[in-house]
Amino acid sequence: MTAATTTVTTSPPPPGPIGRPVSSGPAWLARDCWTEATRHLIATVRNPDLLVFATIQPIMFVVLFVYVFGGAIVVPGGSYVQFVVPGIFAQTVLFGSAFTGIGIAEDMSKGFIDRLRSLPMYPSAVLIGRTLSDLVRNVFTFLIMLAVGFAVGFRLEGGVVDAAVASLLLLGFAYAFSWVQALLGLSVKSVEAANSAGFVWMFPMTFVSSAFVATGSMPGWLQAVADVNPFTIVTNAVRALYNGQDPGADLWYSIAWAAGITVVFAALAARRFASRSRG
Amino acid sequence: MNPTPSPPPAVTEPATGGPHAVGAAGEPARPSPAPPASGPDVAVVAEGLVKRFRATEALRGVDLEIRRGTVLGVLGPNGAGKTTAVRILTTLLRADGGRAWIDGIDVAVHPRAVRARIGLTGQYAAVDERLTGFENLRLVGRLFHLPNGESKERARALLDRFDLTDAAARPVKGYSGGMRRRLDIAMSLIGRPSILFLDEPTTGLDPRSRLDMWSLIEGLVAEGTTTLLTTQYLEEAERLADDIVVIDHGRVIEHGTPVELKRRIGGERVAVTVGRPPELALVPGALGSVLTPGAEPVVDYETLTVEIPVAGSDGVVPAVVRLLDAAGIEAHDVAVRRPTLDDVFLELTGHAAEDGGDDR
Repeated sequence: MTAATTTVTTSPPPPGPIGRPVSSGPAWLARDCWTEATRHLIATVRNPDLLVFATIQPIMFVVLFVYVFGGAIVVPGGSYVQFVVPGIFAQTVLFGSAFTGIGIAEDMSKGFIDRLRSLPMYPSAVLIGRTLSDLVRNVFTFLIMLAVGFAVGFRLEGGVVDAAVASLLLLGFAYAFSWVQALLGLSVKSVEAANSAGFVWMFPMTFVSSAFVATGSMPGWLQAVADVNPFTIVTNAVRALYNGQDPGADLWYSIAWAAGITVVFAALAARRFASRSRG
Repeated sequence: MNPTPSPPPAVTEPATGGPHAVGAAGEPARPSPAPPASGPDVAVVAEGLVKRFRATEALRGVDLEIRRGTVLGVLGPNGAGKTTAVRILTTLLRADGGRAWIDGIDVAVHPRAVRARIGLTGQYAAVDERLTGFENLRLVGRLFHLPNGESKERARALLDRFDLTDAAARPVKGYSGGMRRRLDIAMSLIGRPSILFLDEPTTGLDPRSRLDMWSLIEGLVAEGTTTLLTTQYLEEAERLADDIVVIDHGRVIEHGTPVELKRRIGGERVAVTVGRPPELALVPGALGSVLTPGAEPVVDYETLTVEIPVAGSDGVVPAVVRLLDAAGIEAHDVAVRRPTLDDVFLELTGHAAEDGGDDR
């Protein structure tokens, strides 16, 4: 982000007092990220409506799929609750990542991003702090959903360690998509646009997948799409872990997807942030 | 405008130790022995700033200089390029051409070192509505890397100074427009900036809040805060600025002190409307004692009005009425008119101040 400052000036810069030192180093970066993250967390705690609304929809989905469609859907392995609840977990945390883009678009439209960019803080802390606060929010949403899952009969059949790995995988995947949303939020011109841009592709992504039905029941071409969908791969890995089965290669593919998306989109978002000329 | 920018005029001593002690990547900036000749009296220098946004040229070679402890008023209509210039000087935007220095530091080379020395209040109050006033100030203090205790102390002092102590614990969501602006300015002061940028600080405020804002800015100026202020209001620039730069279509078309500018455009005018055309020609002669020396009266035969630049507006109307009575001229109307941005533009460019559209 500060790469641009390596530019060698053609004529020597005029001698000037640099004066006040700019505090730098990993500790300051961490502190800046924490400061930014707490800004959003304080706001979330103060306006918990967002958190409430973020959980109402997935709770409705659990009820809808388990009790309304569940009886009519046949899945491999027998229990539809054990099948669909991990899928809804995955969808919930993925949808939760959309808050990143909406929040960034809001900060931009109000000129707050400009204020931050005019401060001697680490610029990267703006995006890192935002994605981290959304990760914390997602942890809360996930814990609520876990409780809802237990209430409808979902059980951790694979033991605590496997369940912990599955949960971390879900949150890591959602964190990766926070960066996708960050890029979208930086690229659109309004909060409303960020809202649409953030959700419009998540519906096909989560429904054309193995989250709600086995992909084998889809027409051949759709199944081909669903099977390569990273959301399918993560859902399969998580579902296997929760159900005490071997996730096989899906676990490693999921981790690779999450890491790859994080690296690529964090870089793109950072570049976009640095070059974003208007707030 | 200036294809090979030379070092700013403020810098008279060549760099003896090569580029000063800043890491190769620009940060961290270490304190370097400040050569006293690096323009201690000039805080901001910009040379030949050029910025293009796709097809439009927002800046076409803008030169600026702000002496330390003074206020530079950048005056111009919407879209003239004021905000673009501020954004370049505050490191938010990179210039396509030209260079700029804040306290002798190149804004394009050491942006973070520049950010540690500036405070920016943009056109929109950049406050986090979800947080309280105190939390907003603390946040900026922390991100300014002030020690915890100091940022708390500064936050309290600024809340007190800007009359926000009572509202300090309330979320900003419930603040009025004027309160938001005050908090916004307080936030840009928390790091004790050596240069303050105020981009149209009173645009959108009601007259009462505008007056409050003016006295607030005057207070800051009295303490010696070097300030760049952009405005669309001639009155505001006149009242607050030591030097004024008039920008039009991305170019500086005039610069000088308010007095010089006023001399150029004629300051306040008295408009005298008479009953009969022959009397028109008599008015300037009758009003010789209040007329600004050397200024040209403007006669409008259609409205039977003579507009006369006067030296000052205090008590001028009664004086004019007495003088007209003494000369036996029957005046239908006598009014004082303050020159507006439009008058400045008419005088300087021959056209009225045009809205350049989107201001950037």
